[in-house]
Amino acid sequence: MADWKSEVEEVVFPGKICVPYSWTVGSTLSRWYVQLRDDGEIWANRCPSCGTVYVPPKIKCIKCYKDMNDWVKLPGTGTIETFTVVNKERPGLDPKKPPFVYAVIKMDGADTGMVHLIGGVEPEKVKVGMRVAPVLEKERDGHITDIKHFKPIA
Amino acid sequence: MGKRVGIVGVGQTHHASHRLDASGVEVIAEAVTRCLDDAQTTLDAVDAIIIGNMDHFENINYVDMWAVDGLGGCMKPVFKVTTGGTTGTTVGAAAYYSAASGMFDTVMAVGWEKNSESDTQAAIATCANPVLERDPFAGAIGPLATEYSMYMKAYGATEEDAAIVAARDRNNALNNPYAHNRMHVTVEDVMNSPMLSYPVKFLDMCPRSDGACAVIFAVEEKAKKMCDRPAWIHASVVRHDYTHFGDLEWQWMPTLERATLQAYKYAGITNPVKEFDVAELYQPCSTTGVKWLDSMWFCERGQGPKLIRSGATHMDGIIPINPSGGVVATNPIGATALIRVAEAAWQIMGRAGDRQIPNVKKALATGFGGCSWSDVFVLGADLP
Ligand SMILES: [Zn+2]
Repeated sequence: MADWKSEVEEVVFPGKICVPYSWTVGSTLSRWYVQLRDDGEIWANRCPSCGTVYVPPKIKCIKCYKDMNDWVKLPGTGTIETFTVVNKERPGLDPKKPPFVYAVIKMDGADTGMVHLIGGVEPEKVKVGMRVAPVLEKERDGHITDIKHFKPIA
Repeated sequence: MGKRVGIVGVGQTHHASHRLDASGVEVIAEAVTRCLDDAQTTLDAVDAIIIGNMDHFENINYVDMWAVDGLGGCMKPVFKVTTGGTTGTTVGAAAYYSAASGMFDTVMAVGWEKNSESDTQAAIATCANPVLERDPFAGAIGPLATEYSMYMKAYGATEEDAAIVAARDRNNALNNPYAHNRMHVTVEDVMNSPMLSYPVKFLDMCPRSDGACAVIFAVEEKAKKMCDRPAWIHASVVRHDYTHFGDLEWQWMPTLERATLQAYKYAGITNPVKEFDVAELYQPCSTTGVKWLDSMWFCERGQGPKLIRSGATHMDGIIPINPSGGVVATNPIGATALIRVAEAAWQIMGRAGDRQIPNVKKALATGFGGCSWSDVFVLGADLP
Protein backbone atom coordinates (compact mmCIF):
# COMPACT_ATOMS: atom_id res chain seq x y z
CA MET A 1 0.00 0.00 0.00
CA ALA A 2 2.84 2.35 0.82
CA ASP A 3 3.75 3.31 -2.74
CA TRP A 4 0.49 3.42 -4.66
CA LYS A 5 0.34 7.21 -4.55
CA SER A 6 3.44 7.38 -6.71
CA GLU A 7 1.95 4.98 -9.26
CA VAL A 8 -1.73 5.89 -9.44
CA GLU A 9 -3.05 9.35 -10.00
CA GLU A 10 -6.09 9.89 -7.82
CA VAL A 11 -9.13 10.42 -10.06
CA VAL A 12 -12.52 10.66 -8.36
CA PHE A 13 -15.71 11.82 -10.08
CA PRO A 14 -18.42 13.58 -8.08
CA GLY A 15 -21.98 12.42 -8.75
CA LYS A 16 -24.48 14.81 -10.28
CA ILE A 17 -27.65 12.74 -10.34
CA CYS A 18 -30.01 14.10 -7.72
CA VAL A 19 -33.14 12.03 -7.33
CA PRO A 20 -36.04 13.73 -5.55
CA TYR A 21 -37.80 11.20 -3.32
CA SER A 22 -41.20 11.26 -1.68
CA TRP A 23 -43.08 8.55 0.17
CA THR A 24 -46.79 7.80 0.11
CA VAL A 25 -47.85 7.38 3.74
CA GLY A 26 -50.78 5.17 2.77
CA SER A 27 -54.27 4.65 4.10
CA THR A 28 -53.35 3.14 7.47
CA LEU A 29 -50.64 5.53 8.61
CA SER A 30 -52.26 8.64 7.08
CA ARG A 31 -55.27 8.02 9.31
CA TRP A 32 -52.91 7.81 12.29
CA TYR A 33 -51.16 11.05 11.32
CA VAL A 34 -54.44 12.91 10.72
CA GLN A 35 -55.61 11.96 14.21
CA LEU A 36 -52.33 13.16 15.66
CA ARG A 37 -52.41 16.40 13.68
CA ASP A 38 -56.08 17.35 14.05
CA ASP A 39 -56.95 15.96 17.47
CA GLY A 40 -53.55 15.63 19.12
CA GLU A 41 -54.31 12.00 19.85
CA ILE A 42 -52.22 8.85 19.53
CA TRP A 43 -54.21 5.88 18.25
CA ALA A 44 -53.32 2.23 17.81
CA ASN A 45 -54.88 -0.61 15.87
CA ARG A 46 -55.81 -4.02 17.22
CA CYS A 47 -55.73 -7.41 15.53
CA PRO A 48 -59.27 -8.82 15.36
CA SER A 49 -57.83 -12.32 15.67
CA CYS A 50 -55.13 -12.32 18.38
CA GLY A 51 -55.93 -8.96 19.96
CA THR A 52 -52.41 -7.55 19.72
CA VAL A 53 -52.51 -3.74 19.86
CA TYR A 54 -49.93 -2.00 17.67
CA VAL A 55 -48.63 1.55 17.88
CA PRO A 56 -47.66 2.87 15.39
CA PRO A 57 -50.40 0.95 13.57
CA LYS A 58 -49.67 -2.03 11.33
CA ILE A 59 -50.98 -2.71 7.81
CA LYS A 60 -51.61 -6.35 8.80
CA CYS A 61 -51.05 -8.18 12.07
CA ILE A 62 -47.50 -9.51 11.87
CA LYS A 63 -48.60 -12.72 13.60
CA CYS A 64 -52.00 -13.40 11.94
CA TYR A 65 -51.87 -11.39 8.67
CA LYS A 66 -55.37 -10.05 9.47
CA ASP A 67 -56.66 -6.63 8.37
CA MET A 68 -56.31 -4.10 11.15
CA ASN A 69 -59.55 -2.10 11.07
CA ASP A 70 -60.08 -2.06 14.82
CA TRP A 71 -58.82 1.34 16.07
CA VAL A 72 -58.25 2.20 19.73
CA LYS A 73 -57.38 5.57 21.27
CA LEU A 74 -54.41 5.43 23.61
CA PRO A 75 -53.96 7.65 26.68
CA GLY A 76 -50.58 8.66 25.23
CA THR A 77 -48.62 7.81 28.37
CA GLY A 78 -45.99 5.10 28.51
CA THR A 79 -42.89 3.70 30.13
CA ILE A 80 -39.28 3.93 28.93
CA GLU A 81 -38.10 0.43 28.04
CA THR A 82 -34.60 1.39 26.94
CA PHE A 83 -32.76 4.52 25.76
CA THR A 84 -29.47 6.11 24.81
CA VAL A 85 -28.00 9.58 24.95
CA VAL A 86 -26.81 10.78 21.53
CA ASN A 87 -23.70 12.88 22.09
CA LYS A 88 -21.94 13.10 18.72
CA GLU A 89 -23.70 15.12 16.06
CA ARG A 90 -24.49 13.42 12.76
CA PRO A 91 -25.10 16.34 10.38
CA GLY A 92 -28.27 16.15 8.31
CA LEU A 93 -29.54 13.19 10.28
CA ASP A 94 -30.37 14.24 13.81
CA PRO A 95 -33.66 15.96 14.68
CA LYS A 96 -31.90 18.32 17.12
CA LYS A 97 -28.51 19.27 18.53
CA PRO A 98 -26.92 16.67 20.82
CA PRO A 99 -27.02 15.78 23.56
CA PHE A 100 -30.53 14.33 23.33
CA VAL A 101 -32.22 11.06 24.28
CA TYR A 102 -33.58 8.36 21.97
CA ALA A 103 -35.88 5.82 23.62
CA VAL A 104 -38.19 2.89 23.10
CA ILE A 105 -41.41 3.68 24.94
CA LYS A 106 -43.88 0.94 25.84
CA MET A 107 -47.18 2.73 25.30
CA ASP A 108 -50.00 2.27 27.80
CA GLY A 109 -52.84 0.30 26.22
CA ALA A 110 -50.63 -1.12 23.47
CA ASP A 111 -48.51 -4.24 23.20
CA THR A 112 -45.67 -2.62 21.32
CA GLY A 113 -43.00 -0.07 21.95
CA MET A 114 -42.77 3.17 20.03
CA VAL A 115 -39.53 5.02 19.35
CA HIS A 116 -39.24 8.73 20.07
CA LEU A 117 -37.20 11.39 21.84
CA ILE A 118 -37.19 12.06 25.56
CA GLY A 119 -37.13 15.75 26.54
CA GLY A 120 -37.87 18.15 29.36
CA VAL A 121 -35.27 16.42 31.52
CA GLU A 122 -31.48 16.34 31.83
CA PRO A 123 -30.23 13.33 29.81
CA GLU A 124 -28.36 11.96 32.81
CA LYS A 125 -31.60 11.81 34.80
CA VAL A 126 -33.41 9.56 32.29
CA LYS A 127 -33.99 6.04 33.62
CA VAL A 128 -35.45 2.79 32.37
CA GLY A 129 -38.94 2.38 33.78
CA MET A 130 -39.55 6.14 33.87
CA ARG A 131 -43.16 7.13 33.15
CA VAL A 132 -43.53 9.58 30.25
CA ALA A 133 -46.22 11.53 28.37
CA PRO A 134 -46.09 13.18 24.93
CA VAL A 135 -45.45 16.88 24.44
CA LEU A 136 -47.13 17.98 21.21
CA GLU A 137 -46.24 20.87 18.95
CA LYS A 138 -48.87 23.61 18.83
CA GLU A 139 -48.66 23.85 15.05
CA ARG A 140 -48.91 20.29 13.69
CA ASP A 141 -48.51 19.21 10.08
CA GLY A 142 -49.12 15.47 10.33
CA HIS A 143 -45.59 14.21 10.91
CA ILE A 144 -43.85 12.12 13.56
CA THR A 145 -42.27 15.32 14.88
CA ASP A 146 -45.76 16.65 15.73
CA ILE A 147 -44.80 14.87 18.95
CA LYS A 148 -41.97 17.13 20.11
CA HIS A 149 -40.80 14.53 22.62
CA PHE A 150 -41.98 12.50 25.60
CA LYS A 151 -41.37 14.07 29.02
CA PRO A 152 -41.22 12.41 32.43
CA ILE A 153 -44.36 12.50 34.55
CA ALA A 154 -44.78 11.75 38.19
CA MET B 1 -33.88 -30.58 -13.07
CA GLY B 2 -35.16 -30.89 -9.51
CA LYS B 3 -38.73 -31.41 -8.38
CA ARG B 4 -41.70 -30.56 -10.56
CA VAL B 5 -43.29 -27.27 -9.51
CA GLY B 6 -46.53 -25.52 -10.41
CA ILE B 7 -47.99 -22.06 -9.89
CA VAL B 8 -51.11 -22.34 -7.72
CA GLY B 9 -52.09 -18.72 -7.18
CA VAL B 10 -51.49 -15.24 -8.51
CA GLY B 11 -52.34 -11.76 -7.25
CA GLN B 12 -51.70 -8.26 -8.46
CA THR B 13 -52.68 -4.74 -7.50
CA HIS B 14 -54.64 -2.34 -9.61
CA HIS B 15 -51.70 -0.51 -11.12
CA ALA B 16 -51.59 3.25 -11.59
CA SER B 17 -49.29 6.17 -12.15
CA HIS B 18 -49.69 7.28 -8.52
CA ARG B 19 -51.22 4.95 -5.96
CA LEU B 20 -51.43 7.73 -3.39
CA ASP B 21 -53.91 5.67 -1.36
CA ALA B 22 -51.30 3.02 -0.63
CA SER B 23 -47.77 2.97 0.76
CA GLY B 24 -45.18 0.50 -0.52
CA VAL B 25 -46.17 -1.83 2.31
CA GLU B 26 -49.81 -1.53 1.34
CA VAL B 27 -49.33 -2.32 -2.36
CA ILE B 28 -47.34 -5.37 -1.29
CA ALA B 29 -50.15 -6.38 1.09
CA GLU B 30 -52.74 -5.91 -1.68
CA ALA B 31 -50.89 -8.25 -4.04
CA VAL B 32 -50.12 -10.84 -1.35
CA THR B 33 -53.72 -10.87 -0.08
CA ARG B 34 -55.10 -11.29 -3.61
CA CYS B 35 -52.56 -14.03 -4.32
CA LEU B 36 -53.54 -15.97 -1.17
CA ASP B 37 -57.22 -15.55 -2.13
CA ASP B 38 -56.51 -16.74 -5.67
CA ALA B 39 -54.75 -19.82 -4.27
CA GLN B 40 -57.52 -20.21 -1.66
CA THR B 41 -54.87 -20.56 1.02
CA THR B 42 -53.27 -18.68 3.90
CA LEU B 43 -49.75 -17.64 4.78
CA ASP B 44 -49.45 -20.74 6.98
CA ALA B 45 -49.09 -22.72 3.75
CA VAL B 46 -46.21 -20.53 2.52
CA ASP B 47 -42.80 -21.88 3.55
CA ALA B 48 -40.57 -19.11 2.20
CA ILE B 49 -40.81 -15.74 0.47
CA ILE B 50 -38.65 -14.12 -2.22
CA ILE B 51 -39.22 -10.39 -2.64
CA GLY B 52 -37.66 -7.87 -5.00
CA ASN B 53 -37.68 -4.27 -6.17
CA MET B 54 -35.01 -1.71 -7.06
CA ASP B 55 -34.07 0.30 -3.97
CA HIS B 56 -33.07 3.43 -5.84
CA PHE B 57 -36.64 3.97 -7.05
CA GLU B 58 -37.87 4.55 -3.50
CA ASN B 59 -34.65 5.32 -1.63
CA ILE B 60 -35.57 2.75 1.00
CA ASN B 61 -33.31 -0.21 1.64
CA TYR B 62 -34.47 -3.41 3.24
CA VAL B 63 -38.00 -3.85 1.98
CA ASP B 64 -37.62 -7.33 3.48
CA MET B 65 -37.46 -5.63 6.89
CA TRP B 66 -39.82 -2.65 6.97
CA ALA B 67 -42.56 -4.20 4.81
CA VAL B 68 -42.80 -7.42 6.76
CA ASP B 69 -46.34 -6.78 8.03
CA GLY B 70 -47.68 -6.23 4.51
CA LEU B 71 -45.56 -9.05 3.14
CA GLY B 72 -46.53 -11.57 5.79
CA GLY B 73 -42.89 -12.57 6.25
CA CYS B 74 -42.70 -12.59 10.05
CA MET B 75 -40.71 -15.64 11.21
CA LYS B 76 -40.44 -17.02 7.69
CA PRO B 77 -37.34 -17.36 5.51
CA VAL B 78 -37.39 -14.14 3.44
CA PHE B 79 -34.87 -13.44 0.70
CA LYS B 80 -34.52 -10.27 -1.32
CA VAL B 81 -33.44 -10.47 -4.95
CA THR B 82 -32.77 -7.48 -7.18
CA THR B 83 -31.69 -7.68 -10.82
CA GLY B 84 -33.01 -4.51 -12.42
CA GLY B 85 -35.88 -4.88 -14.87
CA THR B 86 -35.67 -8.66 -14.62
CA THR B 87 -36.28 -8.49 -10.85
CA GLY B 88 -39.81 -9.85 -11.25
CA THR B 89 -38.77 -12.90 -13.24
CA THR B 90 -35.74 -13.38 -11.02
CA VAL B 91 -37.84 -13.50 -7.84
CA GLY B 92 -40.00 -15.98 -9.77
CA ALA B 93 -36.98 -18.03 -10.80
CA ALA B 94 -35.55 -17.96 -7.27
CA ALA B 95 -38.92 -19.08 -5.88
CA TYR B 96 -39.10 -21.86 -8.46
CA TYR B 97 -35.52 -23.00 -7.81
CA SER B 98 -36.15 -22.93 -4.04
CA ALA B 99 -39.15 -25.23 -4.43
CA ALA B 100 -37.61 -27.44 -7.13
CA SER B 101 -34.55 -27.94 -4.94
CA GLY B 102 -36.71 -29.68 -2.37
CA MET B 103 -35.83 -27.17 0.35
CA PHE B 104 -39.33 -25.66 0.52
CA ASP B 105 -42.73 -27.01 -0.57
CA THR B 106 -44.38 -23.68 -1.29
CA VAL B 107 -42.59 -20.42 -2.04
CA MET B 108 -44.17 -17.04 -2.69
CA ALA B 109 -42.51 -14.61 -5.10
CA VAL B 110 -43.32 -10.91 -4.66
CA GLY B 111 -42.28 -8.03 -6.92
CA TRP B 112 -43.27 -4.43 -6.32
CA GLU B 113 -42.41 -0.84 -7.08
CA LYS B 114 -43.70 2.61 -6.15
CA ASN B 115 -42.23 4.42 -9.10
CA SER B 116 -44.17 7.57 -8.20
CA GLU B 117 -41.80 8.03 -5.28
CA SER B 118 -38.87 9.27 -7.35
CA ASP B 119 -37.72 10.37 -10.78
CA THR B 120 -37.61 7.00 -12.56
CA GLN B 121 -35.26 8.11 -15.35
CA ALA B 122 -32.78 9.66 -12.92
CA ALA B 123 -32.89 6.57 -10.72
CA ILE B 124 -32.48 4.25 -13.73
CA ALA B 125 -29.45 6.24 -14.87
CA THR B 126 -27.68 5.17 -11.68
CA CYS B 127 -27.43 1.64 -13.11
CA ALA B 128 -24.91 2.78 -15.71
CA ASN B 129 -21.19 2.63 -14.96
CA PRO B 130 -20.61 5.95 -13.13
CA VAL B 131 -17.10 6.64 -14.36
CA LEU B 132 -17.62 5.74 -18.01
CA GLU B 133 -21.11 5.56 -19.47
CA ARG B 134 -23.49 7.46 -17.25
CA ASP B 135 -23.07 10.78 -19.02
CA PRO B 136 -23.06 9.68 -22.66
CA PHE B 137 -25.54 6.78 -22.71
CA ALA B 138 -27.57 6.36 -19.53
CA GLY B 139 -31.35 6.03 -19.33
CA ALA B 140 -33.89 3.61 -20.72
CA ILE B 141 -35.14 5.31 -23.87
CA GLY B 142 -31.87 6.12 -25.67
CA PRO B 143 -30.43 2.58 -25.78
CA LEU B 144 -33.77 1.15 -26.95
CA ALA B 145 -34.01 3.79 -29.66
CA THR B 146 -30.45 3.07 -30.74
CA GLU B 147 -30.98 -0.68 -31.09
CA TYR B 148 -34.16 -0.25 -33.17
CA SER B 149 -32.45 2.25 -35.46
CA MET B 150 -29.89 -0.43 -36.23
CA TYR B 151 -32.60 -3.04 -36.82
CA MET B 152 -34.49 -0.68 -39.12
CA LYS B 153 -31.37 -0.06 -41.19
CA ALA B 154 -30.41 -3.74 -41.32
CA TYR B 155 -33.78 -5.26 -42.15
CA GLY B 156 -36.12 -2.53 -43.35
CA ALA B 157 -38.26 -2.46 -40.22
CA THR B 158 -40.25 0.73 -39.87
CA GLU B 159 -41.60 3.09 -37.25
CA GLU B 160 -45.09 1.87 -38.25
CA ASP B 161 -44.14 -1.71 -37.32
CA ALA B 162 -43.45 -0.55 -33.78
CA ALA B 163 -46.64 1.52 -33.83
CA ILE B 164 -48.64 -1.62 -34.70
CA VAL B 165 -47.22 -3.29 -31.58
CA ALA B 166 -47.92 -0.24 -29.41
CA ALA B 167 -51.55 -0.07 -30.63
CA ARG B 168 -51.96 -3.84 -30.18
CA ASP B 169 -50.74 -3.83 -26.58
CA ARG B 170 -52.52 -0.63 -25.57
CA ASN B 171 -55.83 -1.86 -26.97
CA ASN B 172 -55.35 -5.25 -25.31
CA ALA B 173 -55.03 -3.39 -21.99
CA LEU B 174 -58.67 -2.34 -22.35
CA ASN B 175 -59.52 -5.95 -21.43
CA ASN B 176 -57.33 -5.89 -18.31
CA PRO B 177 -58.87 -4.27 -15.22
CA TYR B 178 -55.45 -4.17 -13.49
CA ALA B 179 -53.64 -2.28 -16.28
CA HIS B 180 -52.31 1.22 -15.64
CA ASN B 181 -52.93 2.77 -19.07
CA ARG B 182 -56.22 1.68 -20.60
CA MET B 183 -56.99 3.64 -23.71
CA HIS B 184 -58.02 2.98 -27.27
CA VAL B 185 -55.08 3.85 -29.49
CA THR B 186 -54.64 3.67 -33.27
CA VAL B 187 -51.42 3.21 -35.22
CA GLU B 188 -51.83 6.83 -36.35
CA ASP B 189 -52.11 7.99 -32.73
CA VAL B 190 -48.80 6.31 -31.97
CA MET B 191 -47.14 7.75 -35.07
CA ASN B 192 -48.40 11.23 -34.18
CA SER B 193 -47.30 11.10 -30.54
CA PRO B 194 -44.27 13.20 -29.52
CA MET B 195 -40.84 11.92 -30.51
CA LEU B 196 -38.75 10.99 -27.47
CA SER B 197 -35.54 9.69 -29.06
CA TYR B 198 -35.73 8.74 -32.74
CA PRO B 199 -37.43 6.42 -33.63
CA VAL B 200 -39.13 5.98 -30.22
CA LYS B 201 -42.27 8.04 -29.66
CA PHE B 202 -44.26 8.72 -26.53
CA LEU B 203 -46.89 6.02 -27.14
CA ASP B 204 -44.21 3.46 -28.05
CA MET B 205 -42.68 3.68 -24.59
CA CYS B 206 -43.75 2.09 -21.31
CA PRO B 207 -44.97 4.28 -18.45
CA ARG B 208 -43.68 3.91 -14.90
CA SER B 209 -46.30 2.66 -12.48
CA ASP B 210 -47.06 1.90 -8.86
CA GLY B 211 -47.99 -1.71 -8.21
CA ALA B 212 -47.13 -5.16 -6.96
CA CYS B 213 -47.56 -8.77 -7.92
CA ALA B 214 -47.33 -12.06 -6.00
CA VAL B 215 -47.15 -15.64 -7.27
CA ILE B 216 -47.17 -18.89 -5.25
CA PHE B 217 -45.05 -21.80 -6.48
CA ALA B 218 -45.68 -25.28 -5.03
CA VAL B 219 -44.04 -28.66 -5.50
CA GLU B 220 -46.04 -31.25 -7.43
CA GLU B 221 -47.71 -33.06 -4.54
CA LYS B 222 -48.78 -29.78 -2.90
CA ALA B 223 -49.72 -28.10 -6.16
CA LYS B 224 -52.11 -30.90 -7.07
CA LYS B 225 -53.86 -30.50 -3.71
CA MET B 226 -53.99 -26.71 -3.80
CA CYS B 227 -55.13 -26.15 -7.38
CA ASP B 228 -57.18 -28.09 -9.91
CA ARG B 229 -55.26 -26.63 -12.84
CA PRO B 230 -51.79 -25.44 -11.80
CA ALA B 231 -49.53 -23.73 -14.32
CA TRP B 232 -46.57 -26.12 -14.34
CA ILE B 233 -43.06 -24.78 -14.79
CA HIS B 234 -41.53 -26.41 -17.84
CA ALA B 235 -38.48 -24.17 -17.91
CA SER B 236 -36.98 -21.19 -16.13
CA VAL B 237 -33.75 -19.81 -17.55
CA VAL B 238 -31.69 -16.68 -16.77
CA ARG B 239 -28.91 -15.16 -18.92
CA HIS B 240 -26.85 -12.05 -18.20
CA ASP B 241 -24.21 -10.22 -20.22
CA TYR B 242 -22.72 -6.68 -20.50
CA THR B 243 -19.53 -5.07 -19.49
CA HIS B 244 -19.95 -1.84 -21.44
CA PHE B 245 -22.71 -0.75 -23.78
CA GLY B 246 -20.28 -0.79 -26.68
CA ASP B 247 -19.62 -4.50 -26.16
CA LEU B 248 -23.22 -5.48 -26.76
CA GLU B 249 -24.64 -6.99 -29.93
CA TRP B 250 -27.25 -4.41 -30.93
CA GLN B 251 -28.73 -6.05 -34.02
CA TRP B 252 -30.15 -8.98 -32.08
CA MET B 253 -30.20 -9.95 -28.41
CA PRO B 254 -27.81 -12.76 -27.49
CA THR B 255 -29.12 -13.21 -23.92
CA LEU B 256 -32.66 -13.67 -25.19
CA GLU B 257 -31.48 -16.04 -27.91
CA ARG B 258 -29.55 -18.17 -25.43
CA ALA B 259 -32.17 -18.08 -22.69
CA THR B 260 -35.04 -19.04 -25.00
CA LEU B 261 -32.94 -21.68 -26.75
CA GLN B 262 -32.17 -23.34 -23.40
CA ALA B 263 -35.76 -22.97 -22.19
CA TYR B 264 -37.16 -24.48 -25.39
CA LYS B 265 -34.72 -27.35 -25.02
CA TYR B 266 -35.88 -28.05 -21.46
CA ALA B 267 -39.53 -27.74 -22.49
CA GLY B 268 -39.23 -29.65 -25.76
CA ILE B 269 -40.36 -26.69 -27.85
CA THR B 270 -39.24 -26.86 -31.48
CA ASN B 271 -41.67 -24.45 -33.14
CA PRO B 272 -42.46 -21.71 -30.63
CA VAL B 273 -44.98 -19.79 -32.75
CA LYS B 274 -47.03 -22.93 -33.28
CA GLU B 275 -46.54 -24.56 -29.89
CA PHE B 276 -47.16 -21.58 -27.62
CA ASP B 277 -50.78 -20.56 -27.25
CA VAL B 278 -49.95 -17.20 -25.73
CA ALA B 279 -46.91 -15.10 -24.76
CA GLU B 280 -46.55 -12.41 -22.09
CA LEU B 281 -43.34 -10.63 -22.92
CA TYR B 282 -41.33 -7.95 -21.16
CA GLN B 283 -41.16 -5.52 -24.05
CA PRO B 284 -40.48 -2.12 -22.48
CA CYS B 285 -40.90 -0.34 -25.78
CA SER B 286 -42.99 -1.32 -28.80
CA THR B 287 -39.82 -1.39 -30.93
CA THR B 288 -38.64 -4.40 -28.94
CA GLY B 289 -41.95 -6.06 -29.76
CA VAL B 290 -40.74 -6.13 -33.36
CA LYS B 291 -37.03 -6.63 -33.00
CA TRP B 292 -36.84 -9.21 -30.23
CA LEU B 293 -39.14 -11.71 -31.98
CA ASP B 294 -36.07 -12.80 -33.96
CA SER B 295 -34.15 -13.48 -30.79
CA MET B 296 -36.95 -15.65 -29.38
CA TRP B 297 -36.79 -17.86 -32.48
CA PHE B 298 -40.28 -16.75 -33.52
CA CYS B 299 -38.91 -16.01 -37.00
CA GLU B 300 -35.71 -15.75 -39.03
CA ARG B 301 -33.49 -12.76 -38.30
CA GLY B 302 -35.06 -9.63 -39.71
CA GLN B 303 -38.49 -11.18 -40.14
CA GLY B 304 -40.04 -9.61 -37.04
CA PRO B 305 -41.84 -6.91 -39.05
CA LYS B 306 -43.43 -9.51 -41.31
CA LEU B 307 -44.78 -11.42 -38.33
CA ILE B 308 -46.17 -8.25 -36.75
CA ARG B 309 -47.77 -7.01 -39.99
CA SER B 310 -49.43 -10.42 -40.51
CA GLY B 311 -51.51 -10.00 -37.35
CA ALA B 312 -50.18 -13.31 -35.97
CA THR B 313 -49.45 -11.70 -32.60
CA HIS B 314 -52.86 -10.04 -32.13
CA MET B 315 -55.55 -11.50 -29.87
CA ASP B 316 -57.03 -13.56 -32.70
CA GLY B 317 -53.66 -14.51 -34.20
CA ILE B 318 -51.75 -17.78 -34.04
CA ILE B 319 -49.55 -16.52 -31.17
CA PRO B 320 -51.26 -13.73 -29.22
CA ILE B 321 -48.67 -11.55 -27.48
CA ASN B 322 -49.46 -9.53 -24.35
CA PRO B 323 -53.22 -9.99 -23.90
CA SER B 324 -52.73 -8.04 -20.65
CA GLY B 325 -51.49 -4.98 -22.52
CA GLY B 326 -47.91 -5.79 -21.63
CA VAL B 327 -45.29 -3.41 -20.34
CA VAL B 328 -46.26 -0.42 -22.50
CA ALA B 329 -49.53 -0.38 -20.55
CA THR B 330 -48.24 -1.22 -17.06
CA ASN B 331 -44.78 -0.94 -15.54
CA PRO B 332 -44.24 -1.09 -11.77
CA ILE B 333 -40.65 -2.05 -12.51
CA GLY B 334 -39.81 -4.60 -9.79
CA ALA B 335 -43.20 -6.26 -10.42
CA THR B 336 -43.30 -5.93 -14.21
CA ALA B 337 -41.58 -9.19 -15.11
CA LEU B 338 -43.45 -11.16 -12.42
CA ILE B 339 -46.70 -9.84 -13.90
CA ARG B 340 -45.66 -11.53 -17.18
CA VAL B 341 -45.33 -14.86 -15.33
CA ALA B 342 -48.56 -14.23 -13.42
CA GLU B 343 -50.53 -13.38 -16.56
CA ALA B 344 -49.12 -16.42 -18.38
CA ALA B 345 -50.08 -18.59 -15.40
CA TRP B 346 -53.61 -17.18 -15.33
CA GLN B 347 -53.93 -17.90 -19.05
CA ILE B 348 -53.14 -21.55 -18.33
CA MET B 349 -55.36 -21.67 -15.24
CA GLY B 350 -58.23 -20.14 -17.25
CA ARG B 351 -58.48 -17.15 -14.91
CA ALA B 352 -57.54 -14.34 -17.31
CA GLY B 353 -61.04 -12.85 -17.55
CA ASP B 354 -61.80 -10.76 -20.63
CA ARG B 355 -58.25 -11.22 -21.90
CA GLN B 356 -58.38 -15.02 -21.74
CA ILE B 357 -57.13 -16.87 -24.82
CA PRO B 358 -59.20 -20.05 -25.20
CA ASN B 359 -57.67 -23.36 -24.13
CA VAL B 360 -54.09 -22.35 -23.34
CA LYS B 361 -51.79 -25.36 -22.93
CA LYS B 362 -48.38 -23.69 -23.25
CA ALA B 363 -47.39 -20.14 -22.41
CA LEU B 364 -44.18 -18.13 -22.65
CA ALA B 365 -43.17 -15.33 -20.28
CA THR B 366 -40.02 -13.21 -20.37
CA GLY B 367 -38.21 -10.62 -18.30
CA PHE B 368 -35.82 -7.93 -19.54
CA GLY B 369 -33.40 -5.96 -17.43
CA GLY B 370 -30.06 -4.28 -17.10
CA CYS B 371 -28.65 -4.12 -20.55
CA SER B 372 -29.32 -6.68 -21.71
CA TRP B 373 -30.47 -9.46 -19.43
CA SER B 374 -33.09 -12.03 -20.28
CA ASP B 375 -35.18 -14.32 -18.11
CA VAL B 376 -37.50 -16.89 -19.66
CA PHE B 377 -40.33 -18.99 -18.24
CA VAL B 378 -42.17 -21.72 -20.12
CA LEU B 379 -45.43 -22.71 -18.41
CA GLY B 380 -47.68 -25.62 -19.31
CA ALA B 381 -51.10 -27.02 -18.44
CA ASP B 382 -49.67 -30.54 -18.43
CA LEU B 383 -46.96 -31.84 -16.12
CA PRO B 384 -43.48 -31.35 -17.59
ZN1 LIG C 1 -53.00 -11.07 15.16
